[in-house]
Amino acid sequence: MSATRAPAPGHVLVVGASAAGLTTAEALRRQGYTGSLTLLGAEEHLPYDRPPLSKQVLSGQWEESRAVLRPPETIERLGATLLLGDPAAHLDLPARTVRTAAGRELRADAVVIATGLTPRPPAGGAGPRGTHLLRTLDDARALRADLATASRLVVVGDGVLGSEVAATARRLGVDTTLLGPQPYPMAAQLGTDAARLLAESHTRNGVRLLPGDGAAGLIADDHHRVSGVRLVSGPVLPADVVLVAIGAVPDTGWLTDSGLTLDDGVLCDAHCRAGEGVYAAGDVARWHHAALDRPVRLENRANATAQALAVAGTILGAERPYQPVPSFWTDQFDARVQVYGVISPDAEVTVVEGDPAGGRFVAAHRTEGALTAVVGWNMPKQARLRAAELSAVYSRPRPASRATL
Amino acid sequence: MKVILEQDKCVASGQCVVAAPAVFDQRDEDGIAVLLDPAPAAESAEDVRHAADVCPALAIQLTE
Ligand SMILES: Cc1cc2nc3c(=O)[nH]c(=O)nc-3n(C[C@H](O)[C@H](O)[C@H](O)COP(=O)(O)OP(=O)(O)OC[C@H]3O[C@@H](n4cnc5c(N)ncnc54)[C@H](O)[C@@H]3O)c2cc1C
Ligand code: SF4
Repeated sequence: MSATRAPAPGHVLVVGASAAGLTTAEALRRQGYTGSLTLLGAEEHLPYDRPPLSKQVLSGQWEESRAVLRPPETIERLGATLLLGDPAAHLDLPARTVRTAAGRELRADAVVIATGLTPRPPAGGAGPRGTHLLRTLDDARALRADLATASRLVVVGDGVLGSEVAATARRLGVDTTLLGPQPYPMAAQLGTDAARLLAESHTRNGVRLLPGDGAAGLIADDHHRVSGVRLVSGPVLPADVVLVAIGAVPDTGWLTDSGLTLDDGVLCDAHCRAGEGVYAAGDVARWHHAALDRPVRLENRANATAQALAVAGTILGAERPYQPVPSFWTDQFDARVQVYGVISPDAEVTVVEGDPAGGRFVAAHRTEGALTAVVGWNMPKQARLRAAELSAVYSRPRPASRATL
Repeated sequence: MKVILEQDKCVASGQCVVAAPAVFDQRDEDGIAVLLDPAPAAESAEDVRHAADVCPALAIQLTE
């Protein structure tokens, strides 16, 4: 460590024991931190990964244990105190002390907030039995169990999660309807052209799409079990299982009176600092992206890891702003899609490699001539190479794009 | 250092190739990572550790 670095803290407390939290802990050790380390998580499970929950775990293709982030021995070797099944309930900012639901008082020199998101419930509360949300392993188990005997699934919400679950359920042979406000599923995340292809793929595989529609209410039978979804357009769709996938909100309830700025996430500076000795990483963090010159919050797996590495660096005194190229992937039917950059609805889209008709291509999105995003469809390597140009744009210190997230 | 790559966990993000191009590549047809060198020399060790750190699927395991 160089002499200009701040002294390393004596105790780091990481709140949220999932992708961003565990990676922060690992990165601290890797970067030479030898002080004490506590990882506090609300869930009972050892840290596990979420992307397989809507794919291999939901389909049953993977044993649940394949989704663990690290084997228990690896976590053991971290030399961290792992406190699971006990959510943080309160943060005293000046004292840097976290109180947990079970009444623990944890004082630290540095606190890392990595509590992710909570899914938005359907209007009017939890809904009748057979209504599901999907964020956790327990959610995935419950949904998988219901799908095993389901005859009709209705997915409310046409974002990434809704589209993925519709694809997985359909592959399991379940009669599936996907509805949402957009003209094509995931149009906001993919742009219209690729989203139209995704819609075709869903239709070809037997998913019923109801674009431009929404759920006005959930209908229950006499046993308080869901029996249908009343559509905004009027009719009732019969259903015995419903997934509500209408987005998720940052899990910051425990920070309400902490004095931190909460504005669609924990607001941070360019170094992911939320306050004196307090940092945030992953889906919950909204930080100042120096190249985009505005606060950004990303809900994707690559960011959880990369931002955790950045936070570990910041804690140990590296003065490097965090300014990644946003990227995510999704797997649905026979399509593996990669997106780099920021999709904007009015970008000019050109196929630069492959052919959409052949099921493999890379498309470049440009606004006023400048590359803003790259979408790869079954061409992950080629998409990454085409996206290299974005790295240069995103590593500039000044505003690089006027696109909005 | 020994590198183990679990190809069925790989999600084809290509981050390992960016981090350690001497040790990882991606298949042209589906982007799945391939190991070019399962026992990389000491001078690549730092790059390989970085590759394992950034892999979003935790598909890269290292043993010293
Ligand atoms: C089903 C599903 C599929 C996905 N698929 C993809 C994909 O294909 N590609 C992609 O790029 N991204 C995908 N994502 C997104 C990706 O999983 C997230 O971006 C990533 O999990 C974010 O990690 P995180 O650690 O910030 O938050 P989380 O993974 O949400 O972890 C936060 C943790 O904090 C805990 N917690 C919450 N409140 C408290 C509290 N008060 N005290 C203590 N602990 C608390 C939670 O229980 C949780 O374990 C998917 C997400 C889901 C849910
Ligand atoms: S970084 Fe991980 S997921 Fe990405 S290509 Fe390499 S092994 Fe696969």
